[in-house]
Amino acid sequence: MKILMLGWELPPHNSGGLGVACLNLSKSLAKMGADIDFVVPYEAQHSLDYMNVLSAVDIDPLIRYGGAYESKEIEVKKFRNENRQQFLSIRDIQHEYCEFIEKYLKEHHPEVVHAHDWLTYEAGIIAKKEFGIPLVAHVHATEFDRGGADGGNPLIHQIEYEGLLWADRIIAVSHATKNIIVEKYGIPPSKIDVAYNGFDAPKNDHYHYDGSSYQYLENLKKKGYTIVSTVGRFTLQKGLFHLMRAAARAISIHPKMVFLFAGDGEQKDQLMHMSADLGIAKNIIFTGFIRGKQLRDIYSISDIFVMSSVSEPFGLTALEAAHHGNAIIVTKQSGVGEVLNSVVRYDYWDEDKLASALVNIAESPALEKSLQTGVSHEYARISWDDVAKKCVDVYNEVRQHKRNRF
Amino acid sequence: MRSIVLYLHMHQPWRLKHYNIFSVDHDHDYWTEKDYYAGTNNERIFKKVADKSYRPMLTLLEKCIKKYDGFKFSLSITGTFLDQAEKWAPDVIETLKRLTKTGKVEIVAETYYHSLAFFYDRTEFEAQVKQHQDRIHKLFGVKSQVFRNTELSYNDDLAKWADEYGFKGILAEGWDKILEWRSPNYVYRPEGCKNIKLLMKNYRLSDDIAFRFSDKHWKEWPLTVEKYMRWVETDTLRGPLINLFMDFETFGENIWEDTGIFKFFEYFVYTWLKDKDNNFMTVSEACDSAEPTAEISMPWTVTWADTERDLTAWLGNSMQHEAMKAAYELKSEILASGDQKLIEDWRRMQTSDHPYYMCTKYFNDGDVHAYFSPYDSPYDAFLYYMNAIRDIRGRLDGVTRRKKK
Repeated sequence: MKILMLGWELPPHNSGGLGVACLNLSKSLAKMGADIDFVVPYEAQHSLDYMNVLSAVDIDPLIRYGGAYESKEIEVKKFRNENRQQFLSIRDIQHEYCEFIEKYLKEHHPEVVHAHDWLTYEAGIIAKKEFGIPLVAHVHATEFDRGGADGGNPLIHQIEYEGLLWADRIIAVSHATKNIIVEKYGIPPSKIDVAYNGFDAPKNDHYHYDGSSYQYLENLKKKGYTIVSTVGRFTLQKGLFHLMRAAARAISIHPKMVFLFAGDGEQKDQLMHMSADLGIAKNIIFTGFIRGKQLRDIYSISDIFVMSSVSEPFGLTALEAAHHGNAIIVTKQSGVGEVLNSVVRYDYWDEDKLASALVNIAESPALEKSLQTGVSHEYARISWDDVAKKCVDVYNEVRQHKRNRF
Repeated sequence: MRSIVLYLHMHQPWRLKHYNIFSVDHDHDYWTEKDYYAGTNNERIFKKVADKSYRPMLTLLEKCIKKYDGFKFSLSITGTFLDQAEKWAPDVIETLKRLTKTGKVEIVAETYYHSLAFFYDRTEFEAQVKQHQDRIHKLFGVKSQVFRNTELSYNDDLAKWADEYGFKGILAEGWDKILEWRSPNYVYRPEGCKNIKLLMKNYRLSDDIAFRFSDKHWKEWPLTVEKYMRWVETDTLRGPLINLFMDFETFGENIWEDTGIFKFFEYFVYTWLKDKDNNFMTVSEACDSAEPTAEISMPWTVTWADTERDLTAWLGNSMQHEAMKAAYELKSEILASGDQKLIEDWRRMQTSDHPYYMCTKYFNDGDVHAYFSPYDSPYDAFLYYMNAIRDIRGRLDGVTRRKKK
């Protein structure tokens, strides 16, 4: 089956979970016999043997970073095009992306177009509208998640809404996300399938924790400290102010606790100020944006992983942390909590409960062990192959809608 | 003579409210949930179950006693149930008093707090049995003579203890692995005991009512009195006693009135007694009815729970063990404090429902709905429990400091 995948990023040129999810899903689909052309909006060599990666826009991947998670400033020209000596906004890039897709579809005839998030929906709509190719819209996050309480960008809402309307079927990464699509966009629930992101524990990847990255933390651990970590962009969506206040409350009862804030983002300065104001600056460590071994070492060294998101469509990092033996605390607003039983769940605003959980886990080896071993049996249950199977079912269904030209 | 020995168990735990770490050391009321609709609001739950089950079923039982001469039954009522009934449904206590006065209702002995104390502390266990007996005597003017332990947990040691304590009988699950080829329909003697007799639950016929009655996927659904009578009569060929042991809440709460459970019950009592060869017996009468057929040994603990019939739903994971250890290790200090409120709170923490809410074993079979809990997760149950233990420890320190002054 010939599939055209419309994506925005693939590792290593990714800034978050979207690229990881797209790569793993495509890999499993290819295993099941799908013939995939995967489009990205930048020039880069992805030497993957199971699918073709096509570049829609001739810009360097470096200047496109952040794009997938941008909300407010999508029309500001800030991406410098090295090749063309001009500045591009996300809108410009999307425009070129659409032109590329139009050209592509004049020569190629995929059976299904699978578009990932709003960034590619306009291109998906062209495929559906102009070429009559069935459209599957995959929702990894909505603008309501990215925009947080201030509602998000109206232009993005508009594009997202149109994409969801035009799509023959919608795949949401959790029931939390499905509910947002139903409630905020008024899409009938029957049009939406839920496919949780998978997690295939890396095998034989030569990762080995040698304790070298964070010697200081190793020393603290020996002194009886509990290491708590959180990984993600420092934006409103991630609920980090609540986490910081809960950290202060927990430390006031159980001082031997250190919090690792791994990542970067617009809230970084505020978070640093806040940790000082709360008098816990020495218990808070900011690592900056990290990836690869340094990131995995964070998971390896920490005892507890917190996902404090106000709204999190899925939350792959929680599964990665589970894989490295962390006890997991997630908000009830995070999709990943729907697939895990052995976790502590709390409402993102419930700082008391989060602090309670932190103190109890730090003080009770039995609770820590129960959570860690319990979740280690659970995260592996959801594999990318299952997600791919679901997608193939969806493809087979929409293929029957084929060729309804508009 | 063929006899039905009907025994119903009444219990309500004191559920802990959502007691977080910041309540420790200033809020000592663990049991009053402010949110009326929370799953941990003991008052709301008690009143709800009273309306759906306690009142209608007690009324029906009272009616049967008046209407059908040979009808009798046995009840076990935990202390925590009685305390809550006094507060929120005193008429239920009055009905229970009227029932016991008829002489046709026997009260069974157990721990006051529906605890697992037997497995942790023998003297604490005995104190709770005594406390329960005293309360029953004070309320109903009767002395309980037959013992059942929490969740019908039973082993040889428990039987020996009950024998020495002076009980006439003890109740246990009639589990196949123990009985092997034998039938639960006889009076047995626990191995190595002198006087005590053992009555074993006929779990097939009990569970046909308690678990399967309303199950529309069961091939025997709907269960009619005629069909059930045939099964009971066939089973009496294996022995004269049909021991039907179940939760009182089966009637009206677990199985709702609209399934016809109450009508089924009354019509069954009527149909059973129509035959002059049939009667009902209380547990004491059943013990007196025959000499033991044989000795039975249960070296390990058997309960009436789950397909495993063991304690793993209560003491199956490390959180449950840690929580119980944390409670029981306070014993000598708590009792020495002489602070009655503190002792009462500590004993309420021993109720077996607390560790039950921490059970994680259903995660493996994916049957999340098989276990009832007022909390979001077993981990939450553990958090609140350990926070309350912290507070109890703090109160204990306060008492010790005051004493030193």
